[in-house]
Amino acid sequence: MHERKIWRRTQESNSNPTNWDTAIPFIPFITVLTIDPENLALRNPALISSRKHPPIRPKNEMPEISLNVNGKKMSVDADPSTPLLWVLREKLGLTGPKYSCGIAVCGACMVHVDGKTVPSCNTPVSEVMDGEITTIEGLSENGDHPVQKAWIEEQVPQCGYCQSGQIMRAAELLANKPNPNRQEIFDHMKRVLCRCATYYRIVKAIEKAAKDGE
Amino acid sequence: MKYIGKEMSRVDGVAKVTGRAKYAVEYKVNDPAYGYIVQSTVAKGRISKIDTSKAEKLPGVLKILTHQNALKVEEETRQFRALQSDTVLFCGQPIALVVADTFEQARYAANLVEIEYAKEQPSTDFSDTERVQSRGPAPRGKPAEELAGSPVKIEAEYSIPIEHHNPMEPHGATAFWEGDKLTVFDKSQGVYGVRGHLSRSFGIPEGNVNVISLFVGGAFGSSLNVNYYPFLAALAAREVKRPVKLSLTRRQMFTGHGYRPYTTQKVSIGAESTGKFRSIIHEGATNTSTYEDFTESTTRFGRTLYECPNYDSPYYLLKTDLPTPTWMRAPGAVSGAFALESAIDELSYELKIDPVELRLINYADKDPETGRPFSSKALKECFTAGAKKFGWEKRKFAPRSMRDGDLLVGWGTAVGTWGAFQAPATAKIRVRNDGSALVGSGTTDIGPGTYTVCTIIAAESLGIDPKKIEFVLGDTELPRAPSQGGSITTASVGSAVYGAAGEIRRKLVDLVARKEGTALFGASFEDTELVDGNLRLKSDASRSMRVVDVLKEGGVEFVEVEYQSRPSAERQKYTTMAHGAQFVEVKVDESLGIIKVTRVVEATACGRIINPLTSHSQEMGGVVWGIGMALQEATEIDHRYGKMMTTNLADYHVPVAADVFSVETDFVEEKDEIVNELGIKGMGELCLVGIPAAIANAVYHATGKRVRDLPVTPDKLL
Ligand code: FES
Ligand code: FES
Repeated sequence: MHERKIWRRTQESNSNPTNWDTAIPFIPFITVLTIDPENLALRNPALISSRKHPPIRPKNEMPEISLNVNGKKMSVDADPSTPLLWVLREKLGLTGPKYSCGIAVCGACMVHVDGKTVPSCNTPVSEVMDGEITTIEGLSENGDHPVQKAWIEEQVPQCGYCQSGQIMRAAELLANKPNPNRQEIFDHMKRVLCRCATYYRIVKAIEKAAKDGE
Repeated sequence: MKYIGKEMSRVDGVAKVTGRAKYAVEYKVNDPAYGYIVQSTVAKGRISKIDTSKAEKLPGVLKILTHQNALKVEEETRQFRALQSDTVLFCGQPIALVVADTFEQARYAANLVEIEYAKEQPSTDFSDTERVQSRGPAPRGKPAEELAGSPVKIEAEYSIPIEHHNPMEPHGATAFWEGDKLTVFDKSQGVYGVRGHLSRSFGIPEGNVNVISLFVGGAFGSSLNVNYYPFLAALAAREVKRPVKLSLTRRQMFTGHGYRPYTTQKVSIGAESTGKFRSIIHEGATNTSTYEDFTESTTRFGRTLYECPNYDSPYYLLKTDLPTPTWMRAPGAVSGAFALESAIDELSYELKIDPVELRLINYADKDPETGRPFSSKALKECFTAGAKKFGWEKRKFAPRSMRDGDLLVGWGTAVGTWGAFQAPATAKIRVRNDGSALVGSGTTDIGPGTYTVCTIIAAESLGIDPKKIEFVLGDTELPRAPSQGGSITTASVGSAVYGAAGEIRRKLVDLVARKEGTALFGASFEDTELVDGNLRLKSDASRSMRVVDVLKEGGVEFVEVEYQSRPSAERQKYTTMAHGAQFVEVKVDESLGIIKVTRVVEATACGRIINPLTSHSQEMGGVVWGIGMALQEATEIDHRYGKMMTTNLADYHVPVAADVFSVETDFVEEKDEIVNELGIKGMGELCLVGIPAAIANAVYHATGKRVRDLPVTPDKLL
């Protein structure tokens, strides 16, 4: 049996590469997604030392921006006009919010700022420095927000890419309107596109979450 | 069956509702640089000057690649490869790549790359492009003569604009090198194809390239071909000696990966007054680029579907100065079905025969093309079940005869069909001494639920609880499997998993069959089965051992096999197709031309359903794609400049939540022992095939207006 990186990934942490052929405890599927791939480069010191180009703009020229994200204070070096989405994804590693259209029409990048959804692709980070920002990663501790639970029960996702935006938008709707009717659901959710077309199940999941919340 | 055919939650569901599923440019790599592509603003000509000096001086810019300094590859392909010469083949062609410390720096610098062109006039207007005949099957019978002699005839022309896949995840890749070993996280439907391309491009062994695609945010065909950007990402990473993330913007995607071609078709049907088809001539043309021929089976759609002795399906290509089209969900079939199924609807009014009835009159019980039997075909049952659920018998025949208040109501129907294909695939299974199993195959899951259905098939055939099975895919380190496309994945990879499980059982039997004193002493492979964690005799279930005990008895920690499945020889004697019947209700506000698809009933016969939950998801998705294609989607081109104009999600319309009302998808059970051992046919394309025609037919029934040019937008009804 050759070493299989991906198989290895299922049971090792990056700092401790184990041979796939030795003891292999069963680890549930979800860990495949969260352990090694994130830190592939860290596994390899050569990559870290390969850095030849320090940022040309000296660090102190970049304004320090402090943000409140998912209940934590964070500070990042970024130009104030940088879209919030890039700061979340590239600086803070929060890749739940997605880039898709970049022009505030698809909703894939929706995050909550003070409980209201905003398209983070079109929101300069400087505009939300005072706000409380919540991404899908911070919506619940264990993926157990009522909307997430309903999403699982109704089996909404297909490819999954739009789902973070859908869920943030649905959570906002239910926070303000615990019992929306179909039309209200359509009106609120039509801002978030799903090319796999999971719409029918999205509507059902929202109705389910509403019912469970009663 | 304990797991197959039962509803099971997606194994990737939690990852996808918590934002933890990682897509191509989301992996955390150390100190990434970012690429941004500069595109041509003209459609034809040469780059006469390219000056990167201003852009290079900007802070953060690491490298600018153009045709002057990029690696030239010797890959034998007609597919477009970036930065290989100064020739401009289409508007939006990548002509430089800026690599910088941040995405914003790269994007800004891209604007400062100065380019001059020696321009030529592009030709993109389909109506005055030369037609080149493409090869196709010979005519059946004497189509032209028999058409002329038919008592009832219709002839009509149809067109479909260029459409784009627009998956929500943009195409992108993260690439890095470790010495001469390359790793690329790509948005891909086939990691093996990308690996071959990169190894050829860089002249390194395939084993040095690892392509990974664990999650794909939709692709619908747009990531089946090897696109040009993974090479750019890898080249940039090699140049700047850092990992590079390269993602297309939405606008760049329109010229980045192909599209459904512009299609024009003419259908002539000659029939007896009884409704029996005598001759069909289905002629069509699609556009392609100047440098590569892309063909579809558009005009062949009906050849295996209807009993008609005389049939011809000539097909042409239109060479244009646009990028090459590619497969887009249900390629060829959905376009062909729109024309043929509309034409049959037109004929039904001519003949005054109900459109369902007309299709049944011409029903093919065996393949009219080859005379072979179908391995299974429950289309008739689909009609019966669908019509009943929809309430078709209450339809009033005449157009404009049904109303709901001020709204006109129309009911339309159409048929869809798609081949039940299977390709060779390999899977690997390891069953461990804690009773769990690791199963892997190098296919991908772009959304339909391959992770889940393969887990189910493994659970069923290994007799192991799905919770104890981990199925992995999307990595060239796993055994070779076909790309995810053409609705072949479950039939192909599922068969490989099933076959591998059989080999696991053989190994387990070998461990104990010669051990005296065990319950399975003397057992033969044929007489055993794996059920609930036990290996036992089929003939005597009391002679049973726990699999973990079998491993212990054999003194091993695990058993492992790699197994390749292939389509059976038996299949060759049959025609293998999946079918479906669609029923659609539209409501039309005539004063505004607004159409709502208020109800869809889709009855589908596609062999065995592994997981109804994911299958219904696919079906509903296909129906909504049909709504988009019928009513909304079009990429407009300004022929003066050869430029695609609607290149964003504001101008290119796709269906939203408010466009989808009642969609009911039903499966008509088919037991098919020919297609493969599990009886799987595939369905991801099929669910879309008949929908655009059914909607257009319903619009005619509602309004009396026949719209033959998609999309059916309000202006066409006013
Ligand atoms: S990416 Fe922000 S709305 Fe589309
Ligand atoms: S689940 Fe694929 S885009 Fe929504």
